Amino acid sequence: MDKEELLAELKVIVTPYTQDLTALEQLTEHTDFIKDLQINSANLVDVVLDLEEKFDIEIDNDSMTKMLDIKSAIAIIEEKLAANGR
Amino acid sequence: MTNRVVVTGLGVVSPNGADLMQFRHAIRNGVSGIKKDSQLEELLFSCQIAGKPVIDQKRILQYFTALELRSMESTGIVYGVIAGIDAWKDAGLVPAHVMEPNWDCGTIFGTGTSGIDKFRGAIYKIDELQIRKLGSTVVAQTMMSGVSAFLAGKLGLGNQVSTNSAACATGVESILMAYDRIKSGQATIMLAGSTSDSGPYIWGGFDAMKVCPYKYNDRPEKGSRPMSISASGFVPGSGAGAMVLESLESALSRGARIYAEIRGGHVNSGGQRGSGTMTAPNPEAVQRCITAAVRQSGVQSSEIDVINGHLTATVKDTLEIENWIAALGRKGDDFPYINSLKGMIGHCISAAGSIECVASVLELHEGFIFPNLNCEDLHPEIEALVSRDKIPQTCIEKPIQVLAKASFGFGDVNACIILKRYENG
Repeated sequence: MDKEELLAELKVIVTPYTQDLTALEQLTEHTDFIKDLQINSANLVDVVLDLEEKFDIEIDNDSMTKMLDIKSAIAIIEEKLAANGR
Repeated sequence: MTNRVVVTGLGVVSPNGADLMQFRHAIRNGVSGIKKDSQLEELLFSCQIAGKPVIDQKRILQYFTALELRSMESTGIVYGVIAGIDAWKDAGLVPAHVMEPNWDCGTIFGTGTSGIDKFRGAIYKIDELQIRKLGSTVVAQTMMSGVSAFLAGKLGLGNQVSTNSAACATGVESILMAYDRIKSGQATIMLAGSTSDSGPYIWGGFDAMKVCPYKYNDRPEKGSRPMSISASGFVPGSGAGAMVLESLESALSRGARIYAEIRGGHVNSGGQRGSGTMTAPNPEAVQRCITAAVRQSGVQSSEIDVINGHLTATVKDTLEIENWIAALGRKGDDFPYINSLKGMIGHCISAAGSIECVASVLELHEGFIFPNLNCEDLHPEIEALVSRDKIPQTCIEKPIQVLAKASFGFGDVNACIILKRYENG
């Protein structure tokens, strides 16, 4: 799965939690979950759970704390997918 | 400083009417909300009938975001939020501005449990070592104050936001707590009410205590029989009732419709002393509660036109009548009209008091006395105490001035409120 596809998948996953829909329209690698998308910080764990389910990976606590924007999320997903041999 | 307190908005989610309009029609016409419950049957409950509100899924979307609904497993919060927001709108009020709450508006919204289905799911996940899969919504739905927190967020309430719990007296207590807050000048408008979860995990404990009827599974509408010789226990119910309380000054200044005035009330406990226990009321405490409520309200007991009883359809109904007689000093022909909504909707546990208060306020405002269902075979001990015509079985159209409503709960707790028709002062 290339970056463009990952970005598209991520966009679908964060949509229900996003409060700033303009920022969602302009989603890039540099979009911050809390600052730009205005996702309630409590909902970040739900985003992580949805990602885990979608990509069939497990995101540990350390990775979760690093996942603040789209870029870091993509990096972590790619890392976990690679570890799974995909 | 003490303020007079009036009711300016009503909202209700009841087994026999999931909004105010349906509810008004149902209580005037004696429409039962008790139905066979297939889930209770599958789970081998003795009592397989219940009173459960029926809410259109599309309507729920008007009150909750899609995200909130995605993980919503708290029927009590759904009922409470719908009833509460309806009451707010009915009072002609709108949510606070997005940047600042209404500092003078708060809520006391009671419940006995919260999100019991959510709790069940969370417990299973934890025991299966899946704690990391709980997500973020367990706390907000299972904390008792979840319902008041949801309401406060949706309406932008900046005064006291809290949840009370006093078993089946919860609903009347919440209204009295909100009343006190306005009366003492600490708030101008309070959303008061209570809610109760649906389903086997809240009703199961009562079924196990054998306090629910098991002989009416094939005749659900006949199962809840307050004051009847054939009463054999209370039918479990659920839902929510809500009302907007407001200082008279505030209501008049904004030209709000005034449904009724809250003249006063009292809450107390029998302390589980004398014949009072966890489950049985201490009669002296019940009588003191009623007497104190009447005294505090400044009305004479002779002025009370209607009693909306607790009357759950157990062996304690006669004792309740005896307590009203002792507290008011009135009996036979002189006894006020008395009715119990539980014949139509069962016992909605922590929501009972608030739903029944909504019915009481409608009676005062519109001038009617709703009928008692299923007491055509009136208990002879009750008939010996109160004239039969004071226990109506068809709706009576009649202006009424003063209504007393009481609720009594496990833990030997009592609450009584005195409501009065409001007529320009």
